[in-house]
Amino acid sequence: MKFIALGQDKTSTSVLIVLAAVTFIIPFCNLVLPADSPLHFSAYTVSVLGKYLTFALLAMSLDLVWGYCGILALGHGAFFALGGYAMGMYLMRQIGARGVYGDPLLPDFMVFLNWKELPWYWLGFDQFWFALLMVLLAPGALAFVFGWLAFRSRVTGVYLSIITQALTYALLLAFFRNEMGFGGNNGLTDFKEILGFNIQSEAVRTLLLMMSGITLIGAFLLCRWLVNTKLGRVVTAIRDQESRVRFLGYRVEMFKLWIFVFAAMLAGIAGGLYVPQVGIINPSEFSPLNSLEIVIWVAMGGRGTLYGAIIGGVLVNYGKTVLTGLMPEIWLFTLGAVFIVVTLLLPDGIVGLLKRRSQEQSA
Amino acid sequence: MKVNSFKRYCWLSAVLMLVFSLAIHGDQDLSAQQPLLDALNNLKQGSMTDREQAITQLSEIKHKRSLGILQALLDGRLFTLKSDARLVIGIDNNQGYDISDAVSSAPLGAVEQEAVNKINLTNKLRVSLRKIIGQLELSADDPAIRLAAVKAMSNEDDENALALLKARAGIEKDEAVRQAIKVVFLMRDMSSSDKTVRMEAIDALKEHNSLDVVNRLNVMLEKDDSGNYLETDADIRNVAKAALIKINTRLQFYSTIETVFFGLSLGAVLVLAAIGLAITFGVMGVINMAHGELMMLGAYTTYVIQQLMPNHLGLSVLLAIPAAFVISALVGIAIERGIIRFLYGRPLETLLATFGVSLILQQSVRSIFSPLNRSVATPEWMSGSWQINDFLSLTWNRFFILVFCLLVFVMLLQILKHTRLGLEVRAVAQNRNMAKAMGIPTAKVDAMTFGLGSGIAGVAGVALSQITNVGPNLGQAYIVDSFMVVVFGGVGNLLGTLVAGFSLGIANKFLEPFAGAVLAKILVLVFIILFIQKRPRGLFPQKGRAADS
Repeated sequence: MKFIALGQDKTSTSVLIVLAAVTFIIPFCNLVLPADSPLHFSAYTVSVLGKYLTFALLAMSLDLVWGYCGILALGHGAFFALGGYAMGMYLMRQIGARGVYGDPLLPDFMVFLNWKELPWYWLGFDQFWFALLMVLLAPGALAFVFGWLAFRSRVTGVYLSIITQALTYALLLAFFRNEMGFGGNNGLTDFKEILGFNIQSEAVRTLLLMMSGITLIGAFLLCRWLVNTKLGRVVTAIRDQESRVRFLGYRVEMFKLWIFVFAAMLAGIAGGLYVPQVGIINPSEFSPLNSLEIVIWVAMGGRGTLYGAIIGGVLVNYGKTVLTGLMPEIWLFTLGAVFIVVTLLLPDGIVGLLKRRSQEQSA
Repeated sequence: MKVNSFKRYCWLSAVLMLVFSLAIHGDQDLSAQQPLLDALNNLKQGSMTDREQAITQLSEIKHKRSLGILQALLDGRLFTLKSDARLVIGIDNNQGYDISDAVSSAPLGAVEQEAVNKINLTNKLRVSLRKIIGQLELSADDPAIRLAAVKAMSNEDDENALALLKARAGIEKDEAVRQAIKVVFLMRDMSSSDKTVRMEAIDALKEHNSLDVVNRLNVMLEKDDSGNYLETDADIRNVAKAALIKINTRLQFYSTIETVFFGLSLGAVLVLAAIGLAITFGVMGVINMAHGELMMLGAYTTYVIQQLMPNHLGLSVLLAIPAAFVISALVGIAIERGIIRFLYGRPLETLLATFGVSLILQQSVRSIFSPLNRSVATPEWMSGSWQINDFLSLTWNRFFILVFCLLVFVMLLQILKHTRLGLEVRAVAQNRNMAKAMGIPTAKVDAMTFGLGSGIAGVAGVALSQITNVGPNLGQAYIVDSFMVVVFGGVGNLLGTLVAGFSLGIANKFLEPFAGAVLAKILVLVFIILFIQKRPRGLFPQKGRAADS
């Protein structure tokens, strides 16, 4: 199996090792060690780490599109949110009659809106397998339709960025509407259990962290393999010289579409893992600002490397948690400064900085 | 812009001065004052006969304060001061009254409730007073007051009132008031016992724009509980139906005009927001994500200037226009010199860096002014609406913004066409290297262009402050929309931006009744997304060499 072969380069390997450590050691500690042991991680740490891992997955999926294919998508958060909503709908159906209004079929907000029956698009979400399918298919279908239209008519560069932003903005407005049947402003929340297990329990949280870690490692290996296949090479070539690739006879729009849909599905999975861990999904996930933040995770880590996106996703979010905890006012200043500094001084992100340093040392 | 606002200010102040001087002259005319004082003296007497006499006197002398005093008397707001027995008009301020002199209308400050005596009336006096007020209003100098009086009287089924109206109809010069009086009589004819009179009245009424008529006709065509028409005569019903159809067509027409107006005013906002972007994005190829925040700075400039001079609302808004231009332009130039010039030719990086700037600007405003929305007051000459007829009224602030938007647009075109800067901007946009070879300082031109675009964003912010709340998120709300306008119109084409802004605004407003505001917006966004697939370079694409770069 070529794609699990380690040692392609050192940073990539060390990132994998750290990921594996987080994925397996923390759950091991929490399940085996007693609660008062110093190595026992608190529920808060577990859920925050799990959240970071899903963000890292999201960042990596954007890196495929931006770093490898050169499409600066400013609406990537939309796919993440769609995946999240698909999972949220399953969790909502799991509440059953335990809602405030006690309706066995309808979620609370529908009872509140005086709806008599479940809308057709909520059917099937009581089945976990169906929800999982939708976590993949909903973002995938949106990406397919949007990408097919956009790439076929050769919308590129800044124009593409702006219409992706318009896409997520339109979805933000749409999901705010109560009539859409997705809980409007409040979104979906108050989840009780997943697959019959209490979603708040420590064991489930630990398992979710583990799942996120395993998914991230799997997705990383898959993506790394992918970008080294012929398809990946063509996609990289499109980033560098789109016209030349087209003149060589490749159907550029098909490659772009493929990578775009694949990345959207990965983002959907990230969303699906994110929602049970934070316990809520609402329309603000669609806001253009969220999508831009994802871009800065990738830029900060270093695009076109995959592991750079993972590093960026975790680091920026860790910074966000720390700073918003200490001084909420500072966060936006910092984020703004990061945008400027990274684009002006660190075009290859942290990974580029590390590489440069190691080259200087060996020289 | 500066010259223009200065001129406007001069004009305004000249008019104001004229009005003041007239007012002062009128009050100082003592010979005209004497009968008024006599009448008021009678009013202060205790007996009701004296009061009745005073009321008649007041109505006969036709003094310009008469109407105000009588109205106050009717509303129970006319008092005598216990201290010096002066007649004052008071406005309830919960603890007591804010009073003003009844004769000179000069404000006298606030007093406690115990400090004044109310001048009371009997019911009989009240009825006759009401009539007298109607009469006075009907002969008032202001056509708007006369019109209101006619409307008020039309609801009374009183022979006296009708006689007054009939007398007025003979001498009335204002067309709107004449029509209104006519409607009153025609409406009366509608309930006449003579069938032909009724039919003629209904037939004549179909030419008038009055909501009362519409309601009346609608009632005639309704059925009661047992399924019979309220109007028993079938002929009359048919005439009424025909008249209603005619009126409804006109109503439809006016509502279309209104929608177009709303659309144009929304479009004006979009154009104002987008036009600065059209320069930086269209002419320079720079994506400035902080554009919305530059608008926000303009809006906050208006707020600050208004805080500095709270007593001159109108002037503060006019002053804010140049101030906002300068502030936003300076910030824009700083952004260009500090960040963007290192990123020319890398549009995606520019986008990210300027987005960082926008976050910093937003948070700065949030830290300085608090995250809450600030409200900016609208000067009087911009509030209220222009009532054209019963079916159509246009709000002044939106009207002004429309005019303002066109002014800004024309000015910008003039700058680009007829000034040295404009020439250089266009030269650099067409061919940077050639322009440099001809000795144009391209770096300086870049900074100036960016400053111009940013300054216009600031001016747009002043306009926005008049129609929405001023808050840190003001810019974000418009950034996606304004990009859409620029892209839809065709990058690098100012006229395209104008057309795109107005057509998107109108489309939005026409969709709203069917789809609701949010869905209309979504539909427009989806439309643009699809449109860009078909015509990636917008409505009016650039042609020639410049298009290739």
